[in-house]
Amino acid sequence: MNVSVDVLVALPIVLPLLAGALSLVFWRSHAAQRMLGVFGSLGLLVVSVLLLFATWDHGHLVMEMGDWPAPFGIVLVSDMLAAIMVVLTGIIGLATAVYSLSGVSVRHERYGYYPLFHLLLAGVNGAFLTGDIFNLYVWFEVMLVASFALLILGGERAQMEGAIKYVTLNLLSSALFLSAIGLLYGLTGTLNMADIAVKLAEVEDTGLVTVIAMLFMVAFGIKAAAFPFFFWLPASYHTPKVAVSALFAGLLTKVGVYALFRVFTLIFNHDVGYTHEILLWIAMLTMLTGVLGAAAQFEFRRILSFHIVSQIGYMILGLALFTPLAIVGGVFYIMHHIIVKANLFLISGLTYQLKGSHELKQLGGLYRSNPMLAVFFMVPALSLAGLPPLSGFFAKFIIIRAGIEAEAWLAVAVALVVGLLTLYSMVKIWNEVFWKAQPEGVAHAQPASGPLIWMWLPIIGLALMTVMIGLYGQPIFEMAERSAEQLLDTSGYIEAVLGAGYVEALQESRR
Amino acid sequence: MAFVVGGLYAAAIYMMLRRSIVKLVIGLVLLSNAANLLIFTASGLTRGAPPLINAGDVLPPGISADPLAQALILTAIVIGFGVLAFAVVLIHRAFEVVGVDDMDKMKDTDT
Amino acid sequence: MNMQSLILRTAGHFLLPLLLLFSLFLLFRGHNEPGGGFIAGLVAAAAVVLYLFSMDIDAARRVLRVDPRSLLGSGMLLAVLSGVPGIFRGQPFFTAQWWEITVPGLGMVKLSSVLLFDIGVYLVVIGAVLTIMLTLAEAED
Repeated sequence: MNVSVDVLVALPIVLPLLAGALSLVFWRSHAAQRMLGVFGSLGLLVVSVLLLFATWDHGHLVMEMGDWPAPFGIVLVSDMLAAIMVVLTGIIGLATAVYSLSGVSVRHERYGYYPLFHLLLAGVNGAFLTGDIFNLYVWFEVMLVASFALLILGGERAQMEGAIKYVTLNLLSSALFLSAIGLLYGLTGTLNMADIAVKLAEVEDTGLVTVIAMLFMVAFGIKAAAFPFFFWLPASYHTPKVAVSALFAGLLTKVGVYALFRVFTLIFNHDVGYTHEILLWIAMLTMLTGVLGAAAQFEFRRILSFHIVSQIGYMILGLALFTPLAIVGGVFYIMHHIIVKANLFLISGLTYQLKGSHELKQLGGLYRSNPMLAVFFMVPALSLAGLPPLSGFFAKFIIIRAGIEAEAWLAVAVALVVGLLTLYSMVKIWNEVFWKAQPEGVAHAQPASGPLIWMWLPIIGLALMTVMIGLYGQPIFEMAERSAEQLLDTSGYIEAVLGAGYVEALQESRR
Repeated sequence: MAFVVGGLYAAAIYMMLRRSIVKLVIGLVLLSNAANLLIFTASGLTRGAPPLINAGDVLPPGISADPLAQALILTAIVIGFGVLAFAVVLIHRAFEVVGVDDMDKMKDTDT
Repeated sequence: MNMQSLILRTAGHFLLPLLLLFSLFLLFRGHNEPGGGFIAGLVAAAAVVLYLFSMDIDAARRVLRVDPRSLLGSGMLLAVLSGVPGIFRGQPFFTAQWWEITVPGLGMVKLSSVLLFDIGVYLVVIGAVLTIMLTLAEAED
């Protein structure tokens, strides 16, 4: 019995797979599936926190699957960024699992909500942890198939329409991703990301490398819902059950962002002036279009969906500036955003349970009837807009400061304006949903039956987390800083995966 | 091969730009096949023996085909098959619910 | 869905056990030679689908006896668990473990965690294909 610490890298993928398989076996028992949902994601959270600590101590954790040595076998790699993302997945997984206890009906459970839920978590974690680019594609597909099925659970008309757009654009992006992998393999003859990074540095045909980089940018840009590929997101995210929306909003686009971070720091870091300039423009336009789209909306979840788009812009801005501080800001922003956005979606679900509508025009008077909910809405909403002392303030502050240091004045201006417009949208929701009186003449939907305690718990938990990140941001900042260091200094990653001396040996053999 | 791949991509995109959803799915199928063939072409076409290594040797005898590209394509085909099955079920259900085979009529969730 | 073809009906009855046996053969052949869980699972699923075409859905469900989703789940469980033994020896996940057992009458048999994984894949493929096919067939009715 000598279990090595590297096992921790595989556990965040294995646990949800096991939980998903078990909930398929207990297909008939909804109680067992619910238990598996909560305890499976709780276990995932515990394992991922352990992984985070282990990664903090060791720098990189690498596991060669099946003992096949890199670069031939598939490796799982955990650096700080991946570990942070896995922890966030655990948090959101637990929050939605608890929320689902009263937020997902038996009818949805019968269509296989819980197995798909676990499969989605496994796919997301796999995408974060893999060190092999084709394996990344496989995990993307695992995640996508699970998300497709979750999206159409229930089978309403709006869901079908949203799903067709979602499926089409995501499959298109997968095909582009696959083509890019094929070209990259043709160019370098390897699939291991660290090995690709080493070998791509020696490729002379830089034009082709840039073409491949652009293919990756488009493929991941679609997944991350960046400008101009974001149309699928507001068309589909408000259609499924709220628990599913929250899960998607928290995690799915962030996998695209993570992939952008990974690929454009590790692999395509040779022609920064060209690729990252394009990323900068994408980031600015994404921020602007997202927030302007949100300003025009009057449906709770559509506003939030458009805000996902605009927030993605901030993260890509962090990557595009490509200074250490900017990357720190990007990572910090991802952490803040996942928690806040999932929480806002959960709140929209609770509002729906209380008032029976997602339309702002038909809502109102919630402050009078539920002051607590109003308070817990204010926390993530103001955090999203970036008011101190909440988490969003520091996230925006770091990025804007990095922008000033990099003298990207236009980007800074855009980021500030977008922050103001975000505040406008949030105040709009606040006024319409909580402050104004219940509109006359609207049929008052009967408050849903059943205990709502399971809906309150994750909302309160996530809101507290937002405040904590704001008040005690130092450890979070240090984690983000460490991950940015690792992202910018790729030699640590390459050495951890391929072993020390691999690069020298390769250069030696070329002579 | 390069021309075949290019033709497939072109046909796929043409099909996807049509209004009919069935043709959209056909376009997606063509696109994934085009990507598979692209991997096949990009990884180098060799007329080689299966890469089986004799007991005790380190390298396979003679020229052999690259097994990794084949493994990639096989995986991609399997995934493509699964996704295709899902897409067919989806358009079937969507047709039942919405009642039209026309993207232009599916604007309810747009803004 | 119900095709009234006497030939198909009669053949379906005979072919089902034959094809299932063949799929098992393919599964174990995959241990050392071409074959394996994936293709075997497809053959087995094809057998049931053939039965489904020649009879009807209820008959196919009856001949299956278990819900295909349970097959999917237990297969996945088996496949994932087959990776676990390696970690207790301090090796990475999914490292193949081999056990050599002497069975009276058969001689020495090599068992491995790879075989477990293959059986898992076999069940997953059957479960997944049949879930899709049965859903589609039910939607037709």
